[in-house]
Amino acid sequence: MTSGIPPACHSSCSLRGTPGNASPPGVGCPKCGGVNRPGADLCYLCGEALGAGPGASALVGGSPSPAETRPPLRPIPMLLFTEAARHNVRMSVLLFVLLFVVFFLLGTAIGGAYGDPGIGLGLSFVLYAILGTTAYFSGSSIVLSIHGAQEAGGEEHRQLRNVVEEMAIAAGVPPPKVYVMPSAGMNAFAAGRRPEEACVAVTAGLLDRLNREELQGVIAHELAHVKSRDTLYNVCAAVLVGAVALLSDMFLRGTLWGRRGRTDGERGGGGRGNAAFFVLALLLAVLAPLAAKILQMSISRQREYHADAAAAGFTRNPLGLASALAKITAGGPEVPGENRGTQHLFIVNPLRVFGPDASALMSTHPPTEERIQRLRAMGGVSAGG
Amino acid sequence: MAYIPLVLLVVIIAWFVAAYNKLVRFRNQIKNAWHQIDVQLKRRYDLIPNLVEVVKDYMAYEQETLTKVIEARGAALSAKGPAAQAKAEGLLTETLKSLFAVVEKYPELKANQNVASLQEELTGTENKISFARQFYNDSVMTYNNAIQSIPTNLIASFFSFAQEAYFETEPESRAVPKANLR
Repeated sequence: MTSGIPPACHSSCSLRGTPGNASPPGVGCPKCGGVNRPGADLCYLCGEALGAGPGASALVGGSPSPAETRPPLRPIPMLLFTEAARHNVRMSVLLFVLLFVVFFLLGTAIGGAYGDPGIGLGLSFVLYAILGTTAYFSGSSIVLSIHGAQEAGGEEHRQLRNVVEEMAIAAGVPPPKVYVMPSAGMNAFAAGRRPEEACVAVTAGLLDRLNREELQGVIAHELAHVKSRDTLYNVCAAVLVGAVALLSDMFLRGTLWGRRGRTDGERGGGGRGNAAFFVLALLLAVLAPLAAKILQMSISRQREYHADAAAAGFTRNPLGLASALAKITAGGPEVPGENRGTQHLFIVNPLRVFGPDASALMSTHPPTEERIQRLRAMGGVSAGG
Repeated sequence: MAYIPLVLLVVIIAWFVAAYNKLVRFRNQIKNAWHQIDVQLKRRYDLIPNLVEVVKDYMAYEQETLTKVIEARGAALSAKGPAAQAKAEGLLTETLKSLFAVVEKYPELKANQNVASLQEELTGTENKISFARQFYNDSVMTYNNAIQSIPTNLIASFFSFAQEAYFETEPESRAVPKANLR
């Protein structure tokens, strides 16, 4: 049986795909050599056309009925989502409490530095109450308006609305509202306190350049965030971390510019308490935004992997999302109006494009290459193939 | 020390109620998922006559394909019982696929805005049917897992929560459909 195989090749050849195995042969890309799913019409890595693959244009949108033709993928158990959702509600409460403490310390210290700690405490309480309420009740509409998102109602967005409805059915959540951001960059995010009032927003650039299958992957990823209530946590984090940063910024700028004209008699020499408060405020103003950020980011990265895996479970097609991620990285995920406060909401970080080894402590997302590798492994495409 | 049995009793009752409610929630989700499939199937029945109406003027030489679609729709509508219905629906899906393949051959038909949007609607509905079935099966799996595993199986058997059946496709529709491209 093995007599035909040269001995030199024996050890390495046995690792390759065995003939007669259930996994179909992939289609090699003429440009970059990436192995694609049979029937794919564009290379998932470089976007190169793969020629007339048989059956490539047989179906509208190239999206065969997912349940029947795909290899069976283990669905993510519903309990895991309930668990993740509860975890997110707990984490949101924890975030409120922790930032509450940070905010009050900062407010008291700043108040002390300018005279009265009590006033600082009182003012920061009012500010926190306003911001917290805003974050909870209109966080998602704020995020949507920052990015100029418009509700997708027209005929030209029919496919997008259909894809969102399909994925909502697959995920078992109510269909969310659909928005389009008028940007040529490629990105998407979801927001909303509860699945019942969620919304999904994609950029016009994303709609232009993704095919139906890839769009399904992206929307499925966003609905996984909705279902596990990552969106609640994310929007609260965006507003509250932004608030701490704002307060610190105000103080730091105030000390840089405001103190110049004043005499020592009015300030600084006013009392020992004030000087101590001033140093404390300075320290907190530098450290608080950093701490808030690390808190926000550390959780964000693990969530992305979970949402990717869940998306693969919903579509039963991990290669669609993998291909979409590759296209987004190549096409540029930048979104105008983007700031550091909302970067963690997006499917791919809109501020930087990560290299394979550029995962920093402060990054909101895992390296996209690593996410693509994991998705390809789920789809039965061996790494480096 | 006397209140320890009392606390234990309260904990057990609380667990009992939570587990029972969980099973009820899962069972209702299955029912809801099943209705979702019906909603999408009905939407497909409603869309097909519109598509046929729009394309029939262009497709003078493809009457056979159109007739097959209409017949398959009628058969699916009048099918009795889940097994017969599953088979008829599978056939309808097949005929629609061959209709789409034919549409690809007519450039003026592909350029028609009505046809394009109807085609997108039908593709979307086809996908929704598949995903609704997938969600139904996922829900059944979660529910069956719950009523078979210890300790919820005690509650399930006491209140006679029965296992639910999976939605299964006909053996012939499990094969990858071949598109007839000339």
